[in-house]
Amino acid sequence: MNWDWSAVSDFMPHFWDGLLVTLQILVLGSLVSFGLGLVWALLMRVPSRWVTWPVGVVTEFIRNTPLLVQLFFLFYVLPEWNITFSALTTGVVAIGLHYSTYTMQVYRAGIEGVPVGQWEAATALNLPLGRTWTAVILPQAIRRVVPALGNYVISMLKDTPLLMAITVLEMLGEARLFSQQNFQFTEPLTVIGVAFIIISYLASLALRALERRLVH
Amino acid sequence: MSTETLPNPEKSPEQGGGELIRLEQVTKRFGSNTVLDNLDFAVDAGKHVTLIGPSGSGKTTILRLLMTLLKPDEGTITVDGQKLFPATEKERREARKQIGMVFQQFNLFPNMTVLRNITEAPVTVLGLSKDEAVERAKGLLDMVGLADKCDAHPAQLSGGQQQRVAIARALAMRPKVLLLDEVTSALDPELVAGVLDLLRDIARTTDITMLCVTHEMNFARDISDQVLMFDSGRVIEAGPPEKIFSEPEHDRTREFLSAVL
Repeated sequence: MNWDWSAVSDFMPHFWDGLLVTLQILVLGSLVSFGLGLVWALLMRVPSRWVTWPVGVVTEFIRNTPLLVQLFFLFYVLPEWNITFSALTTGVVAIGLHYSTYTMQVYRAGIEGVPVGQWEAATALNLPLGRTWTAVILPQAIRRVVPALGNYVISMLKDTPLLMAITVLEMLGEARLFSQQNFQFTEPLTVIGVAFIIISYLASLALRALERRLVH
Repeated sequence: MSTETLPNPEKSPEQGGGELIRLEQVTKRFGSNTVLDNLDFAVDAGKHVTLIGPSGSGKTTILRLLMTLLKPDEGTITVDGQKLFPATEKERREARKQIGMVFQQFNLFPNMTVLRNITEAPVTVLGLSKDEAVERAKGLLDMVGLADKCDAHPAQLSGGQQQRVAIARALAMRPKVLLLDEVTSALDPELVAGVLDLLRDIARTTDITMLCVTHEMNFARDISDQVLMFDSGRVIEAGPPEKIFSEPEHDRTREFLSAVL
């Protein structure tokens, strides 16, 4: 195996472009999955089967089909119905949607973990239902699920290369393009591999710091 | 007079000399287990009533029904003439404003400071301004001896301190009725006295009506106008504490008291 430092320096401008896209996917995808997952979790608590049944079926379906299939579906099938987004937007929506079906279960566990006495105290103080959720239940539920949510962020990071399949030039996409043009595979793939490790590590450090702050 | 707070279904809320709480023919079952069996009772405003009896006899269930944490299977419950059961959610919400509750496990909101625990409901439910609520909360914290703990979180307080904050939180809503559900049962023995002394003070200095489930018989004797002995979902004996504790009429009461005293 020949290691060529000049190939590394040639690749770096493309790497930074790819890194930026990967981080964009990760940040926006996380926000979508956190927001949407909470919506699913709350909808599943609506005391009506007309709500919980369809939400349950849809989220179960999304969770149990491959992300790659969902990416292709959103990218190639939606335009046939005249719904078109950029590849990046499609990717962010797909990955956020996919992971929201995992985060919803995290939220559910967090919500169920809030002691029933908290609900009772809220009733005894006559707090309205919405206020009970926003001021009492969710702050406690979310605090206890931050570590689990963080693990899904790291998991999502490792799924971002799938977006290459719908032409998004994130890190792997850039590396592949560079490799094909220059017939140098080792250097770009190694660089992005190291980048993935560093991002995961930094993310887990940030997560631990956040956990410590939340626990006091 | 020993009957003034007790089973007296003829008296209507409008005439009855300040009758505040009324349960009529209330039945509550958990599965096949009937916890309250066709219970009638009433409490006059300002009275301090203690419910005693073996566990599972339905005492706590009454408090939880009054706080609307449980629904009765049958019967009607009113507070200050307002319907709790049967009632629409709106009526129940309105009636519930008259009632405050202190729990065995305190149930403070751990994500809020002590001050915020107390101001939250007065601001969001009663519509007090933030300043008014803070002023009220500080007055109450002063009363319960925790004026310096405003900014602490519940987890930083002892059980006894948490329970005193919980009492302040309930009182901040200015309820007419305070329900006390075994409020010292979860406390370390050395912390019990402080909480009971505070409740004695409140009983002596305010006109709040108290309904209290406790195993602290000395406390019950001190503060109660009326003691109700429960057994198997029925009131089997009722009277002023000196009578119940000194010369109980019912065998079950005698057995119970000899077991706990």
